[in-house]
Order: sequence, then C-alpha cells, then structure tokens
Amino acid sequence: MTARKAASTLFMGALWVAGLVAVIPLVLIVYYVLLKGLPAVHVGFFTQTAPPPGVPGGGMSQAMWGTGLIVGMATLISVPLGVLTAVYLSEFGRGRLAVGVRFVAEILLSTPSIVAGAFIWALVVVAMHSFSALAGAIALTVLMWPIITRATEETLRLVPDELREAALALGVPRWKMVLRIVIPTAGSGILTAVMLAVARGFGETAPILLTSLGNDFLNTNPLQPTDAVPLRIYNYAQSAFPAWQTLAWGGAITLLGAVLVLSIGARLLSDRQQRRLG
Amino acid sequence: MEERSTTRSVSDAGVPVRRRLRIGDLTLRGGTVAVSLGLVVLLAGLLVVLATGAAPALSQLGLSFFTSRQWDPVTNHFGALPYIYGTLVTSTVALVLALPVSIGLALLLNEVRSKWVRNPLTVLVDLLAAIPSVVYGLWGLFVLAPALNTYLAPFLARTLGKLPVLGALFVPTPAVGNMLNAGVILAVMIVPIITAVTREVIATVPADLREASLALGATRFESIRMAVLPYARSGIVGATMLGLGRALGETIAVSMVIGNGLGISASLLAPGYTIPAVIANEFREATSTGLQHSALLALALVLVVIALVLAGASRLLVRRSERGFR
Repeated sequence: MTARKAASTLFMGALWVAGLVAVIPLVLIVYYVLLKGLPAVHVGFFTQTAPPPGVPGGGMSQAMWGTGLIVGMATLISVPLGVLTAVYLSEFGRGRLAVGVRFVAEILLSTPSIVAGAFIWALVVVAMHSFSALAGAIALTVLMWPIITRATEETLRLVPDELREAALALGVPRWKMVLRIVIPTAGSGILTAVMLAVARGFGETAPILLTSLGNDFLNTNPLQPTDAVPLRIYNYAQSAFPAWQTLAWGGAITLLGAVLVLSIGARLLSDRQQRRLG
Repeated sequence: MEERSTTRSVSDAGVPVRRRLRIGDLTLRGGTVAVSLGLVVLLAGLLVVLATGAAPALSQLGLSFFTSRQWDPVTNHFGALPYIYGTLVTSTVALVLALPVSIGLALLLNEVRSKWVRNPLTVLVDLLAAIPSVVYGLWGLFVLAPALNTYLAPFLARTLGKLPVLGALFVPTPAVGNMLNAGVILAVMIVPIITAVTREVIATVPADLREASLALGATRFESIRMAVLPYARSGIVGATMLGLGRALGETIAVSMVIGNGLGISASLLAPGYTIPAVIANEFREATSTGLQHSALLALALVLVVIALVLAGASRLLVRRSERGFR
C-alpha cells in the first residue's frame, strides 16, 4: 500500500470516528434518562402535584397540564400564522417582499429562546401585570411561527405544478385551488411541520421561565402563572433534595419520550409524503 | 418556479377572467400578505421592544456596561464583562470541539453509499437536535460533569496544564461547574446544526468534479481535500456561524453546568457565567426599581443582534456557496 492510499484509509477511518463520536451522546443521554427516569414514573407521578421540599413522592401533573395549556395555545396561534405565511411564500410571493419575508423567517429560526422570553416579558407580562400561560404561549409563538413557515413552505413546493395547472385550467379560482387542491395535497407535510414545532414548544424552558413563571398547583386559567414540565425539571435538578431530583428525571423521561415520538413520527410522515409526491 | 409563472400567464391571458373581480383571490392573497408582513413586524417589534427596555441601562452606564466587571444590583451598577467573557469562551470551546466532528460526519454521510449506514446515522443526528436543552442540562449536571471532573479535568491539568501559556487554560479548581463542561455540552448540541448545513452544502458540489478527480487517480482523501472542501468552504464557514449563533444563545443547559460563578478566570476548569444564563437566573428576582431589568434587556438585545447577524450572514454564505455550482 502506498503512503497516499494509507493516508486515505486513515482519513476515512477518522470520518467514521467522527460519526461515532457524534452519536455516542445520544445513546448515553437516552440510556441515563431511562435508567434514572423509569423508577420515578408511577401513577402518582401523573396524578399528583408538586410535593413540599424534602417530602418524597408527589408528581408533576400540574406541570403536564400546564405544558398542555401553554403549548396548546401556542399551537393554536402559530399554526394559522405559519401556514398562511408559507402559503404566501409558495403561492403568491414574488419579488422583493417574498425574498425579504423568507429571509426574516430564516433568521428568526436562530432567535435565542431566552430572548423570545425577555421580549414577551417586556411586551405582555409588564402590560398585564402578571406572568401567565398566555404570555408563555405568545413567547413560544415567536419560536414556532418561523419553524412552521419554513417547513410548510418546503412541503407546499413539493406539490406538483401540474395539479395547480389542472385546477386553473378547469376554471377554478386561485383561492379555491390553494385551499382545495394545494393544501390538502400537502396535508401530511403540514402536519409534519406542526409536529416539529410542537416538539420544540414542549422542550423550551427559557421562554416559559420569563413569561409563565411556574406554579406549584394546577392552574387552568390562561391569565395566571402556570407550570411546565421543562421548568420543573430545571428547578428540581438544581435542588438539594434527592426526591426532587428523582422527579426531575421522571419529568425528563416524559419530555424526552414525547419529543422523540413527535420527531420520529414527523420523520416517518415526511418520508411517506416525499415518496408519494417525489 | 418557471413552470408556475407560465401557468399564471396562461390563466391571465383570458381577458374576461382577469377583469372579473375575485373577492376570494383578493382575500386569500391579502390575508397571506398581511400575515407575512406580521412576521417582519414581529422581528422589528422584537428589536424595538428590547431596545426601548435596554435604553435606560445603556444610556446611564454607557460603555462601562460592556467593560466593567462589576455587576451589582445593590449599588445599581451593571458591568457585563464577565458574562460576555464566559459566553465567548464557552462558545469557542464548543466550536473547537464540534467543528471537526461535524465536518467529518457530514463528509462521511456524503461518502457512504450504503443506505443502511446513512439513513440511521442521519436519523440519530437529527434526534440529537430534537433533545430539549433542559434534558441536556440534567444529563450534563448529573452524568457528564461528574465524569469530566473526575477523569478529564485532572488529566488535562496534568498534561496540557504543564505547558507554557496554554497551561493557563487548565489550572485545576475544586469547582463542580466549570466552563469546560459547558463547552462540551454546547458542542454536543451544535453538532447536528453544523452537520446539517455542511451536508446541504457538500451535496451541491458537482459530481463531475468528484469523478474527474477520482478518474485522475486521486484517492478518496485527495478527492475530498482537493475537489470537495475547496468548493464547500464558504458554506462550511456559514454552517459554523450558524452553530456559533446557537451556542451563544443557549441558556438552560449551560446555566446548569457552568457553575454560574462571577469573575473572569483564564482557566476553563473554573466556573463561569454567560449572558443567557444571567438573564434566566436574575430576571424573575430583579426588582422594578433600579436598572437591573433594563440591564438584562440590554444583554438580551446584544445577544439577539449577534445571533441574527450571524444567522443572516450564514444564510447568505450558504446560498452563495450553493448557487455558485448549480
């Protein structure tokens, strides 16, 4: 073997090492979350609320309902906004405005999540004189809107132009073509986009911290401070009580499970969609 | 895109069709334009609201906000230097660790033809991007940091710590949380981002170039070095900038492992503090009197401006790199 070939083999070996190094953390994280989280998960974990300091037991039900409330509202707000923006970019957008909107959507994807929290604190929490689930939902909207826009635009572009032309040739008005042909054809792709955005919303801690604050008790009023699972994990992990730390791992397994199911589901859906339209 | 504009002209060609006012079309188009403008307004609003909130602190403290080491709500003096320093150090560590891995991984995914390797690897890396940062933080706090503190830190102090100059980075401290741990966690978190963008760029390198170099007898390594990397270079810089932007803004995972210690230490094994971490930790406790909220909003403004500029520059670089070779 010449030196050149040896160098090449060595280099390819290094690439494989890089691949391995990148994947090891995922394996380790999933392993430890299962190892430490499973013992924390029992019926009470899902039905009880936060235990007093140092008392074993208790659960995260208030945080799960809170996350449901906050992410649910955020989804209700950001899905229409994100899909309409994507429809504009894919169906109507031409010229400078479309280029500008697309660029804004792209860079907004990089908004640090803590900044979204600080922004909505200054805008909503200060104005309403209270931390609230609604403020949390609006903060998440800042992050989810661009995600849904980008992913939906990509999926709308997969819809074959022949379908659009066929509809227009039949005399269907443009708006009807978009609503009845383009969006239904891209349906599962749009669902994928929503799932990815929801997964992101579930996992965000920093924006909720500054806007929804947290709550030891179950709260269903959107205008009151509300708890969330990631927030609980964050607070419990840094506490000195082993019982709370166990709960944090229980929260992590719930959260990681939900996020991974959504991400893998989204991936399967989009693979199917691409095969169908590809 | 070309086909679609043809469509438009065909449908527009029928004059009576165009003359008929279609309320539905106007509504849908108007609605989508309005919502899209909303996204632009959101960005502008974000900057304006943060700038308004930051104005009192920035105007009263002036440049000392960026150069002073003293951050004290009691005396109402806020100098952000320790946070700026900690943010830069941890992000640099993260980039140094993540770059070789990400580029290597992206090249590997491009080289390997077998679906059975490529698909699972891609999925796994994507899942890494999906893990919530609080889960990274929890794992970092209870698993990674103890392991690094027990094995890696003493090893680095014994070996690299003995070197001149470079040794200052590895002076051991008894602290549990430190900047090295934060850098390592950040590196894991940005690998998927840098990898994804680098892959996207590498995929646009024309196959002819690869094939030509291989036909001339280049080994795989030489072909990557001479055909792929030079063409992907600006795109890889773009990918790096995106990863840097993400690392600068990461809050929760970092604040859980960095030790949140005020002060500026050359050693990576000493605790540090970052801009996002101080916003997360002090925001709720800050009183409405005094400049503390304003100072924290100023930090948020600095952070978002840097992150958005990096993201914008990255997008332009990546697009240029892709467009050049189509």
